[in-house]
Amino acid sequence: MTTGNQLTQVNEYEREPVPPKAQLGAGKFWGMYAGEHTAGTEFMIGPLFLAAGASIQDLIFGLLLGNILAVLTWRYLVTPIAIGKRFTLYYQLERIAGGSLTKCYNVVNGVLFCFLAGAMITVSASAVGVPFNIHYTVPEATFGFGAPSFTGLVVVVGVIIAVVAAAGYQAVARVANIAAPWMIAIFVACGVVSLVQMEATSFAALSEGKYWSDAIAFVQEKEGVQAFPFWQIVAFAWLCNGAMHFGMADLSIFRFARSASSGWAPSIGMFLGHYMGWICAALLLAAQIKLSQDHSANPGALAWGALGWTGIICVVIAGWTTANPTIYRAGLAFQGVMPTCSRKTMTLVAGAVATVAGAFPNLSAQLLGFVGTYGTILGPMGAVVFVDYYLMKKIGLRDDYAVRVGSSVNLAALVAWLLPVSIGLYLIFAKGIFAAYAVIPAWLACGMIYLALSKLTQKPVPA
Amino acid sequence: MKSLAKIISYLALAASLVPSLLYFTGMIDHDAVKWTALAGTIIWFISTPLWAGQCETADTSAN
Repeated sequence: MTTGNQLTQVNEYEREPVPPKAQLGAGKFWGMYAGEHTAGTEFMIGPLFLAAGASIQDLIFGLLLGNILAVLTWRYLVTPIAIGKRFTLYYQLERIAGGSLTKCYNVVNGVLFCFLAGAMITVSASAVGVPFNIHYTVPEATFGFGAPSFTGLVVVVGVIIAVVAAAGYQAVARVANIAAPWMIAIFVACGVVSLVQMEATSFAALSEGKYWSDAIAFVQEKEGVQAFPFWQIVAFAWLCNGAMHFGMADLSIFRFARSASSGWAPSIGMFLGHYMGWICAALLLAAQIKLSQDHSANPGALAWGALGWTGIICVVIAGWTTANPTIYRAGLAFQGVMPTCSRKTMTLVAGAVATVAGAFPNLSAQLLGFVGTYGTILGPMGAVVFVDYYLMKKIGLRDDYAVRVGSSVNLAALVAWLLPVSIGLYLIFAKGIFAAYAVIPAWLACGMIYLALSKLTQKPVPA
Repeated sequence: MKSLAKIISYLALAASLVPSLLYFTGMIDHDAVKWTALAGTIIWFISTPLWAGQCETADTSAN
């Protein structure tokens, strides 16, 4: 998952195109994406693939294809618009959809950020709890608490993270930058140690994959038969960052790119964090099952089993450095709606919401579904930006319609966003479809509805 | 000074990763992996701030 070290950049040139003097070479983007996608949540997502019954072959090839598709989406969907306009997503949305609608979108984004940060707080607390013998258990109910001692630990970790975020993110961003190469090394080390623990140290043993199939068999014996087939893995890997690429959130990043080739930079994050990182984290759970017949995906305990204190430090730092900027971003989003409140106050509010979310371990255990839902809710608005950039002028309509007519809510954009998102959420929660499957249909529907409604509702405005 | 810190950081990074590979080949045991990785981690977080992170902060804040 992504984090927010780029905030330092996002907060500059908010209402003007990025000038040539501020544009950056590709190297900056490669460095940033390498750190951004090696996050605390990787320790949670990787084991969930195993727990959901994915085969090792499907995981290796499905993640490969999904991550390639994600990189192509960043490169060919986001980057051309980003360097064509050089605006943040929010400023573009304000011009197209209106200020009030953009604020509403931003609040929804902020709330979802809180849940994401909550999962990271849970992950960090799981690691902090290991030396204190505080166990992380996932209750049956979605909104059920874990052990009282674990809930107390979540509160302590959440308060610390929220207070640090309220004080500012610069120091945390610096720690995240410093930690990134080390975290990648630790992910690899965890995977390698896990293989040895499963006695998979020869080419024959690795290719046979018995270490994995045994773990799957154990989980299915305990939890019943589950499947997480190839195309589901592809969809998840492609769309878990749907809000960032299909949703165009990373316009705010790539508007600084000097050339479109910077759009390849997410590949390092995808193939280090979302490929190697997830597979290594999944191997941790497979090793734990073999060694102790325990299939609970407790990130702290998993990392402890492989690398001891180093694993604990890695999980804590990975969770902390990703939760912090996420809470900071959520605070900014809330402050946008209540500008009279200070940024610090709103960051603390966001931290409190995230801490409450973190106290429900089942939310982080449902991360595979959550990130798909996140993409389904936020992703479609990217289609509005896409249509506005590529199609409006071609069919004789006006781009940046809200700013041209002085509207605070562009009804065409509002309906185009809410309608497919509502249907998508209905299908996810009432019909049980895999959340990531809803992202692209909702995106396409949003774009088409926006185009059709604009054709029907736009009034002539001066050029 | 920065060059020396950089070299120490790279060695620390190697100390965090290489022992796991040696464990894979059967040359060292699991405890040795854990303690070497911990030493590498501590040294990494002491030496790396001396040369890394500062330029990124300056660059981004200048934007």
